[in-house]
Amino acid sequence: MSATESQQAIEELAKRTYKEGWATDIESESLPPGLNEDTVRAISAKKNEPQWMTDWRLKAYRHWLGMKTPTWPFLPYGYGPIDYQAISYYSAPKQDKDRPQSLDEVDPELLRTYERLGIPLQEQKLLAGVAGVAVDAVFDSVSVATTFKKELAEKGVIFCSFSEAVREHPELVQKYVGSVVPYSDNYFATLNSAVFSDGSFVYVPKGVRCPMELSTYFRINAMNTGQFERTLIIADEGAYVSYLEGCTAPMRDENQLHAAVVELVALKDAQIKYSTIQNWYPGDANGKGGIYNFVTKRGACRGDNAHISWTQVETGSAITWKYPSVILQGDRSVGEFYSVALTNQMQQADTGTKMIHIGKDTKSTIISKGISAGRGQNVYRGQVKVLKNADNARNYTQCDSMLLGDKCGAHTFPYIDVKNPTANVEHEASTSKIGEDQLFYCQQRGIPMEDAVSLIVNGFCKQVLKELPMEFAVEANKLLSISLEGSVG
Amino acid sequence: MTTMTIQDHQQAGPLAELNPASLPQSPAWLQPMREQALARFNKLGLPTTRDEDWRFTNVAPIRDALLELSPNGQAVTLSQRDADTCAVPGVTGSRLVFVNGRFNASLSSIKPLPQGVRVLSLAEAIETEQALLKTHLGKLADFEDQPFTALNAALADDGVVVCVPRGKQVDEPIYLLNITTADKPLLINPRNLIVVEESAAVTVIEDYVSLNGEGVYLNNAVTEVVVGDNAHATHYMLDRESTEAFNISSLYSRQGRDSRFESHTALLGGSIVRNNVTSVLDGEGAWSQLNGLYVIRGDQTADNHMRVVHAKPHGDSRQFYKGIMNDRAKGVFRGRIVVDPDAQKTDAKQSNQNLLLSPDAGVNTDPQLEIFADDVKCTHGATIGQLNEEQVFYLRSRGVPYDTARAMIIYAFASETIDRMGCEPIRRLLKGQLLDRLPAGEVLKKIL
Repeated sequence: MSATESQQAIEELAKRTYKEGWATDIESESLPPGLNEDTVRAISAKKNEPQWMTDWRLKAYRHWLGMKTPTWPFLPYGYGPIDYQAISYYSAPKQDKDRPQSLDEVDPELLRTYERLGIPLQEQKLLAGVAGVAVDAVFDSVSVATTFKKELAEKGVIFCSFSEAVREHPELVQKYVGSVVPYSDNYFATLNSAVFSDGSFVYVPKGVRCPMELSTYFRINAMNTGQFERTLIIADEGAYVSYLEGCTAPMRDENQLHAAVVELVALKDAQIKYSTIQNWYPGDANGKGGIYNFVTKRGACRGDNAHISWTQVETGSAITWKYPSVILQGDRSVGEFYSVALTNQMQQADTGTKMIHIGKDTKSTIISKGISAGRGQNVYRGQVKVLKNADNARNYTQCDSMLLGDKCGAHTFPYIDVKNPTANVEHEASTSKIGEDQLFYCQQRGIPMEDAVSLIVNGFCKQVLKELPMEFAVEANKLLSISLEGSVG
Repeated sequence: MTTMTIQDHQQAGPLAELNPASLPQSPAWLQPMREQALARFNKLGLPTTRDEDWRFTNVAPIRDALLELSPNGQAVTLSQRDADTCAVPGVTGSRLVFVNGRFNASLSSIKPLPQGVRVLSLAEAIETEQALLKTHLGKLADFEDQPFTALNAALADDGVVVCVPRGKQVDEPIYLLNITTADKPLLINPRNLIVVEESAAVTVIEDYVSLNGEGVYLNNAVTEVVVGDNAHATHYMLDRESTEAFNISSLYSRQGRDSRFESHTALLGGSIVRNNVTSVLDGEGAWSQLNGLYVIRGDQTADNHMRVVHAKPHGDSRQFYKGIMNDRAKGVFRGRIVVDPDAQKTDAKQSNQNLLLSPDAGVNTDPQLEIFADDVKCTHGATIGQLNEEQVFYLRSRGVPYDTARAMIIYAFASETIDRMGCEPIRRLLKGQLLDRLPAGEVLKKIL
């Protein structure tokens, strides 16, 4: 193929469209824009929260007032200042005072919205031998439906919206909320602690293997709103849970803020697998609009042999700052991070992970694949920290970047801090353009350019994609090829 | 004579503030740079660990050491014998001796050089080489966000100027021996400028030694190397100072088309040593190699900051840094490769390997890539670990005692770096010093 041809193909690819960009016309009630202590109290009141929750929110809000926006992320295109007074901190589809008791009562417009997104909220009959997926759907600020609750309850698994958990299981929430990401953690986590609206809550009791995949689907719909959800997942001793998260938003010219917090707690012998497919609206080709995805995700392996694994496919958002981390406290605990981040057009992603080795014989693996196309800027930023008592800690890090086109950038900023001589830490990274010879090989066999690129990109990401649960792997594959449509390589 | 203590100014504010009156006397063309640098330093202040570039190295001990500027023009008596003891044995060629940052002509010897090659002290060059200095001095060493470079630019008034004109090759190295005889906590600002014109070649060795191996002081050195098209420049930085001394060395190079630049660093001494290398490949097909070794023990800190900028296509760069930390020593490596949008076909490699020999030693390593061009090959890797037990076992199963096996593996680890250095006397010195530090080094010395 000639250079110009591939150049053209690359440019084509960069002009992809965002197919989840429509908005649902639904009546919603929102708080007026603005942020002060009353806003925080109003959110808390809307959710009928107990006093301790309100106090916690206020404590976070007061702390936030004294904080500054972080400036360290690597954003060659910068980002517009966020006017925190112009955002509405609460938006919910209007409905009767009594919340729907079952799926049948959910507004059909909402059901159609999720149907259109490919997320069926009807509990489909399970096919023999195939486990279903329980879904918690979050629309703007509130959870609108959670499926398969009954089936899960039989096993003792609690899967509900965060607001419901605050009301129904206050002892669990009070014990664990903020225990992994404290309210004072960072600018956006603190803001979230003050104004978080909803999210999912999962508790898997001792020795229970959660019978199906749990999933939350986030959708920002209303204009000028921010989404601040908070997810808390607790796997008690010996428990296992796999959790998936997906997200989309309509196309809007303004940048919308999404500042979520996710906390995972894995006790002794427990395992949590957390997968994300992030497909927020990335803005248009000139970088106008799009979601600012500033998320704090952290898991703590509290007990021995605990295991937390993060898998993420990041294809959306105008800006992504996100560092899913694992604190390896228990001896022999394991942390994993698998990531594919794709930036196209004017997207900027500064993402990676932190692995903090505290316990003995702890192990972590980091596999990060960055793909930059169009004028996208992709950064891997990660930290591996081995503390003094973490004897025999082991880390393996591999981060590879692929560049499609000559206007994009790929950057790698790992931080490796080791205080124990028995640690064994390895970091490898490479950056290269998509292989001309590989493309040639495919084309020579009659595979069109675009398919060839898609094939090679998929191969490049395979190590990560194979970590995704089946249902998501298919979606991720599709998403990658759509995001790259026309791009080439 | 200007004497000034940074500490005096500390009391006025949290950071040192220089007084314009403390600037050295200099001609009108040089004065603006000094004034700008002084203003910049006062603005920036000394870095703290909250500055991203200084996250792992706290310079408070330097600030608190009560530093005095090296007295102007005051000769310190030093015998030829003292100077000879300090020098690396076996290095031939021209030797320029600096005592407390001041050029000492009587201890120095400049061998006959090819026609047109100039080697002279900066103090002299300021008087006689105006044109050269105006073109090059301070052009690479940007002090915008580097307080120590600003400090140097404001205050430095001695050092060396080397200019090798087009097509000339200086075969023997030019050896800069910096001896500090600190009975007082001095602040010394050596400043070197090396200009290698088209198709010329030269090797410069910068060596820092404390007389009698003791003394608290700061050597805050800045060296600029301009490498012309098709030229070849080699630079050595050796730190063999007292374990109380501070050293901040900043090396800046810019290369033309098809040129070669080698930087070799060996850090053995010093309490806090900061080694900054900025290498800009500003011509097509340039080749740059940054090779370094830090072997530290006790409470030493060795902080290496590399920045390699590929500004033009077809450049090759290599960074190889290795560290061996014992006792409570702390090693830091931060290397950044920047590939500009134009620099297609860049091939950049970076590797940092560390051995921790004691439970209290630590290392921070940040190998970084910043890439804006697509048709490039860039890799970096970092490893941290203790001795490979399998290798130790292999040797022990063949009857080699534990200590000797350990020493052999450490020796081999460091040798890879040392063997890249072309200067034989330096290789010999480094290997000797390495063996002296190993428990079974004596045994190895006999074998080797």
